[in-house]
Amino acid sequence: MSVLVIIEPFEGGFRKQMLSMLSYGKALAGLNGSSVTALCIGEADQQEAQKLADYGVTKLLLAPRITTEPLNATLIGKWIAEKARAEQSTVIIFSQGFNGRALSGVVAASLNASLATGVFALPQNTDPFEVKKNVFSGKAIATIQLNNDIKVLTLQANSFEIQQDPADSFKIVQLEDSLPADNPGIELISKDKQGGSARLTEAEIVVSGGRGMRGPENWGALEELAGLLGAATACSRPVSDEGWRPHSEHVGQTGKIIAPRLYIALGISGAIQHLAGVRGSKVIVAVNKDPEATLFQAADYGVIGDHKEVLPRFIEEVKKIKG
Amino acid sequence: MKILVCISNVPDTTTSIQIGPDGKSADLSQVKWIINPWDELALTRAVELREKHGDVFESLTVISVGEKEADGNLRKALAVGADRAIRVDTAATGNFQVAHQIAELVKKEGFDLVLTGIESSDFNGSATGFILGYLSGMPVASNVSSLTVEQGKITLVQETDSGRETVSMTPPLLAVVQKGIAIEPKIPAMRGIMLARNKPLDVVQAVEYNSADQITAMELPPPKEACKMIDEDNIGELVQLLQNESKVI
Repeated sequence: MSVLVIIEPFEGGFRKQMLSMLSYGKALAGLNGSSVTALCIGEADQQEAQKLADYGVTKLLLAPRITTEPLNATLIGKWIAEKARAEQSTVIIFSQGFNGRALSGVVAASLNASLATGVFALPQNTDPFEVKKNVFSGKAIATIQLNNDIKVLTLQANSFEIQQDPADSFKIVQLEDSLPADNPGIELISKDKQGGSARLTEAEIVVSGGRGMRGPENWGALEELAGLLGAATACSRPVSDEGWRPHSEHVGQTGKIIAPRLYIALGISGAIQHLAGVRGSKVIVAVNKDPEATLFQAADYGVIGDHKEVLPRFIEEVKKIKG
Repeated sequence: MKILVCISNVPDTTTSIQIGPDGKSADLSQVKWIINPWDELALTRAVELREKHGDVFESLTVISVGEKEADGNLRKALAVGADRAIRVDTAATGNFQVAHQIAELVKKEGFDLVLTGIESSDFNGSATGFILGYLSGMPVASNVSSLTVEQGKITLVQETDSGRETVSMTPPLLAVVQKGIAIEPKIPAMRGIMLARNKPLDVVQAVEYNSADQITAMELPPPKEACKMIDEDNIGELVQLLQNESKVI
């Protein structure tokens, strides 16, 4: 087995999801005594690149001239596939984020690889190679057997614990590659940089509001609670459709799928489409003045009450423990 | 320009999933089949573009890979505004298989704008569109939340890990679309349903393709314990439980 992990820096450093993927790759490689190569697309800070040694990488390929702005899935995907061929990689790991989904599909097609997206744990076995993933929007779990010589996996956010497990050696290789310039097919006109989207999917705690919040003017207390907990904020679909909160905060079947350690939902009834986006959360707290709210069935803790009363009390209690 | 929208059939969102007797598939015998929600948004956008720029878009075709049961939703797509439907006559068994079948037709007929939903609510693979783009040799716009047309050029918004990009592309191209591409899915009106009866639904033969991969087991997620209710006057207890019982704060 030869493991290749595809990572991208963010503002020069590496976010949790990247470290989680490296930890996954190291643990996977460890199953049969092989090593991890990481391919970094984009410009990384030299010091941050060195730190990746702690997460089990043996060889780090840096490709600062390859850019994912714009995200040109076929162009970049084909380039990654070429590198994977050169490295003779047999398991290639991407993040199940926006970039990872696009690139992994193209890479798998290019290499005629077996593909499993949204995996959340190490394979059950590596021979045959079997790994679990969520299906039917989280209502069931399928075990997939991947039988082609090369396997491509995408790892769900927040699913694998980051572990420091250095390999016996570590070296950095600088690649001078750049993408072909003639006829790229996609021309970048403008970019609205908001690391926001990854912040929500990587957040360990999320505080979310639904229609029961009754209006955007009531979000102050919710944001205050989120601030105290170091949490990201989110919302249900009707809230983003109404324009109370930005679309990037919408969690649900057609919005973002998240799996934080703690999901606090205020004034959200718990429609199936919403549940599809949050069911992977370790702990769900539902606050709703309607005792019949469906979310109580999926929640671990529930409070029947109005956010106007509950939020200030919640804030007060959290302040007490945060000291 | 010729538009192609790829649609797949999935169990209705409210369906309760039960594992079949073989232990590796869902029991779909009682299922109501709907058009995959993301594909429905793609179709809606395509119909809007066709209505707004009739001079630019000469035709809107929809395609599905599936057996006879798939005809119902193809007719619905025709009723919503597609001109023609194609069904590749074989059960849809996986993303590579579906992409291979559709790629054959894309290469044969030369579509200018191909739209696919970013993922399907049955297997949540989010790969078919990207695989199809690669197999068809078309540039692919990823995670598209907006698509507009101006003087032969197509402007799209791609959502990426580092933010939102506005890009310009010249057809032919494939766009993998997601939330934002359309707001409310179009519902067929009576007139559309009547007209759909006379629109062509071509059934074509599948090409040979076998995947080496298979699902070897399927299970339901572990059942959740009943929700612990806390009185609204006692939020202190909730915070204490979160800290000491489930240890999440």
